[in-house]
Amino acid sequence: MSILVNKDTKVLVQGLTGKTGTFHTEQALAYYGTQMVGGIHPKKGGETWTGSKGESLPIFATVAEGKEKTGADATVIYVPPAGAADAIIEAIEAEIPFITCITEGIPVMDMVRVKARLDRSKSRLLGPNCPGILTPEECKIGIMPGSIFRKGSVGIVSRSGTLTYEAVFQTSNEGLGQTTAVGIGGDPVKGTEFIDVLEMFLADDETKSIIMIGEIGGSAEEDAAQFLIDEAKKGRKKPMAGFIAGRTAPKGRTMGHAGAVVSGGKGDAESKIAAMEQAGIRVSPSPARLGKTLVEVLKG
Amino acid sequence: MNIHEYQAKALLKSFGAPVAEGVAIFSADEAEAAAKSLPGPLYVVKSQIHAGGRGKGKFKELGPDAKGGVRLAFSIEEAKAHAKEMFGNTLVTAQTGEAGKQVNRLYIEDGADIARELYCSLLVDRSVGRVAFVVSTEGGMDIEAVAHDTPEKIHTIAIDPEAGVTAADVAAISKALELSGTAAEDAKSLFPLLYKAFNEKDMALLEVNPLIVMKNDHLRVLDAKMSFDGNALFRHDDVRALRDETEEDAKEIEASKWDLAYVALDGNIGCMVNGAGLAMATMDIIKLYGKEPANFCDVGGGAGKEKVAAAFKIITADPKVEGILVNIFGGIMKCDVIAEGVVAAVQEVGLKVPLVVRLEGTNVELGKKILNESGLAITAADDLDDAAKKIVAAING
Repeated sequence: MSILVNKDTKVLVQGLTGKTGTFHTEQALAYYGTQMVGGIHPKKGGETWTGSKGESLPIFATVAEGKEKTGADATVIYVPPAGAADAIIEAIEAEIPFITCITEGIPVMDMVRVKARLDRSKSRLLGPNCPGILTPEECKIGIMPGSIFRKGSVGIVSRSGTLTYEAVFQTSNEGLGQTTAVGIGGDPVKGTEFIDVLEMFLADDETKSIIMIGEIGGSAEEDAAQFLIDEAKKGRKKPMAGFIAGRTAPKGRTMGHAGAVVSGGKGDAESKIAAMEQAGIRVSPSPARLGKTLVEVLKG
Repeated sequence: MNIHEYQAKALLKSFGAPVAEGVAIFSADEAEAAAKSLPGPLYVVKSQIHAGGRGKGKFKELGPDAKGGVRLAFSIEEAKAHAKEMFGNTLVTAQTGEAGKQVNRLYIEDGADIARELYCSLLVDRSVGRVAFVVSTEGGMDIEAVAHDTPEKIHTIAIDPEAGVTAADVAAISKALELSGTAAEDAKSLFPLLYKAFNEKDMALLEVNPLIVMKNDHLRVLDAKMSFDGNALFRHDDVRALRDETEEDAKEIEASKWDLAYVALDGNIGCMVNGAGLAMATMDIIKLYGKEPANFCDVGGGAGKEKVAAAFKIITADPKVEGILVNIFGGIMKCDVIAEGVVAAVQEVGLKVPLVVRLEGTNVELGKKILNESGLAITAADDLDDAAKKIVAAING
């Protein structure tokens, strides 16, 4: 099994006609036939999108129309920052079960507005400012490079896009492979948190071990560690390796991701590492040793 | 983006907040006219720099017994004398680092009769995804110390974005701040308007420390620190106009023109990486091998060749840089684009220090081919560990 997405997931693209949306939709279509079923553009409804290799997809004026005509149960959003929050809200209102927002640079107050709307809905949002999600050989939503994946047993969850790739690449090289890799994104206000994904990995029989990659800022890693401690008491536990980026980051400076800042004495790497180790996660001091660290954990 | 106290107060005043009368001046000559325009007889002369701890700060050029960066004056003459002594000198505070910051602007403000000093800030509480008031009766002090020593004295009240600041929210804040009478009446307008200002201007932080109860029992914003969400500046021309570039690192200003996430640091290994997490991790691994990074630099996902070249030039222009590590794991970013950008930049500005490049991910073979065929002295690395080892070895000679 995998979590959240599989070969049956049908995906609409909001922002398909732009350069980024087009490139990554071509990549997704080429990845084991991920079911990309259409695009959304308010002014181009009824037209057809054509990729560089002659791929084609129908364009719908609204998410609701696209969902009705295709049976889509997911959307991916490549809309530029100024319009991205409205795109998410449109997908929520169309009752799309799983929404992934790739867009980086959405104003935080826009996400506060989205979050309030999301909390009253049945939709799940992944991101924003995230690389998406990939279940090897089944479904690729977002921008992760498919070539580094290999079907296997490790569940990967990360706040950082490129560090997700590191974890995927290293677990592939170790011969472990992945069930699903989930990038939850680097913004301070987001849809899906570590705890949500960890819960799904714990419940998934095929996921035998987990890699969790955090970074400085906020307290999501500490919250996740507490969740794991509580679940372990109920007998739910899987071998885990982890990493926290930003040990050397100066206080009070935002490190690229809007959410990656140590402020008000909170969110530094050391407290996160301590919390994760307390929850039984083996935290690698080097991002280059994620795969090897997990292998060591599995050997016991 | 940060702004000065006097700018923050003017902005809050435009929303109706109670702030003292004050005048910003840009040279000591303006001090007399500024003070004369205020009611007196008490004046406060405040250094305007983008750092906290000004009152306890010390001027580098003045003796150890000289007064700090925020001074009381009991006459216009005294205000003038303070201004003359402070202008152009370097203020070192707990937040500026040893280098300090040159004081090029002063704010002369009408003094206030203080009964109580309180703390009030607004920020986005990410655990609930809402704007929250953080308040404490312990105003005028370092709030991190209060949070550490007496966490029970800090109260957080998160606001439902769809309801705004309700009467119940105001009551909760007033209770936490032990406000009553006139002050509690003032609170009914002050807290909603602070929230309105925060929302409408897309702030990242609004800190009023202290918020004071005056002897006449009215509330007043005595100090204001404000920073804005960089992602929302596109819709606030008025806020962008408040930017003071002299407060920022020249390399960071150049980087921001290219929309690069760049933070200047103190070490000597320049880094160019895609992705914030990987960029931080690259800094961490350099440190793990005993060296310090000269910068954080995330070129982002959708960068073109020109942006990559600009980033490379900013990194090489830093005289501290003794070696450069380029670490790319291509997802959106294609390795060939990085390679072309690096080659273009090196051909333009030359390469005087060792360069180690690690490429992986989308179009990696093409990227490696471009670097190999460029004829440049580039050391290729297989993975992140190898890359960090090679650049550290190259610098250690």
